[in-house]
Amino acid sequence: MEISISEQNGVQVASVTGEVDLSTSPQVREALLKELGMGKGVIVDLSGVAYIDSSGVASLVEAFQTAKSKGQGFALAQVSETPMRVLKLARLDQVFVIYETVDEAVNALA
Amino acid sequence: MSDTSNPQPSNVIEVRDLVTHYGPREILHGINVDIVEGEIMVIMGGSGSGKSTFLRHLMALQPPTSGTIKILDEDVWNLSQKELFALRKKLGVAFQGGALFSSMTVGENIMLPLHEHTKLDRLTMEIMARMKLEVVDLSGFEDLMPSELSGGMIKRAAVARAIVMDPRILFFDEPSAGLDPVVSKQLDELILRLRDAMGMTICVVTHELESAFTIADRITVLDQGNILFVGSVEELKKHPSERIQNLLNRRSEEAEIDADEYLRRLTGDKEEAEGMPR
Repeated sequence: MEISISEQNGVQVASVTGEVDLSTSPQVREALLKELGMGKGVIVDLSGVAYIDSSGVASLVEAFQTAKSKGQGFALAQVSETPMRVLKLARLDQVFVIYETVDEAVNALA
Repeated sequence: MSDTSNPQPSNVIEVRDLVTHYGPREILHGINVDIVEGEIMVIMGGSGSGKSTFLRHLMALQPPTSGTIKILDEDVWNLSQKELFALRKKLGVAFQGGALFSSMTVGENIMLPLHEHTKLDRLTMEIMARMKLEVVDLSGFEDLMPSELSGGMIKRAAVARAIVMDPRILFFDEPSAGLDPVVSKQLDELILRLRDAMGMTICVVTHELESAFTIADRITVLDQGNILFVGSVEELKKHPSERIQNLLNRRSEEAEIDADEYLRRLTGDKEEAEGMPR
């Protein structure tokens, strides 16, 4: 699993690739919580995520709630089919703000 | 016909020539069966057919007298203790009676495997446990004790614990036993959702024909320690064997979500939740 951070129009874009599981989700959590201290908000680009388990989704949930408490934006972008199935199982597709593209998400948060 | 763009799913469990004894008595007489990735395999059979013993073998809990059991490409009884422990982390089990610890809350019961096997942050664990309670339609029950739950709720809480580690293979022992038809149907729907969403391979031991016909991709019928049949529901129904025909001749609305409230519930954000209408 790799996570790279870029900045677009004052919004932090976290691009995650690979598999997010019990061993790698703490890195995702730490990176997202750190980025929430900066900029207008955080977008998590999940296009490169082949698999995400419950610990990964829990990290996204915690980051989203932290963003809300700080008055920052938080969105998911390019959620591929497998992660979307996991989100839907716990009905979290109705909770997260999800955009089809990173550009759409940046325009919304910037 | 071959289709290289769509490879065949692999076997996640392979049982070869499995023989088991209890004392001098042979219980399983040379069982051969494969369980394929992503399928729901139902194991049926009358009392004394050996299905509970067979399930214990499939869960890597009991060594056979002879024969081999491969789970996720690992020859189970040739593994070191450490390797066996690592393999078992990939297996989830929902026991017939729930097997929840009565001295622990529902939430603590569900987090137990996470405490045992991971070093995740406490809040991450709590969110995971609450997510699983949402999946089994028990949201908000994490602080209750098992004694405060109904039979159907205990079964669902046990499922939440069994899936908290996102296992590759999930085992159910008599999931519908003792449940009314509506709750039983909800549990069947849950089993199907878990397979579809998580791609889990699921292995269910049940007596309930209706449940088996609803959830099974394939059914294995055990009879007196032998495999009588392995195949689809349709193949089973049409099977000419009198023994099989003798065996054969004996619902859930999704609530609308308040996204903010749901998020607070998952993160345990009590501060923000205060003053909110319940």
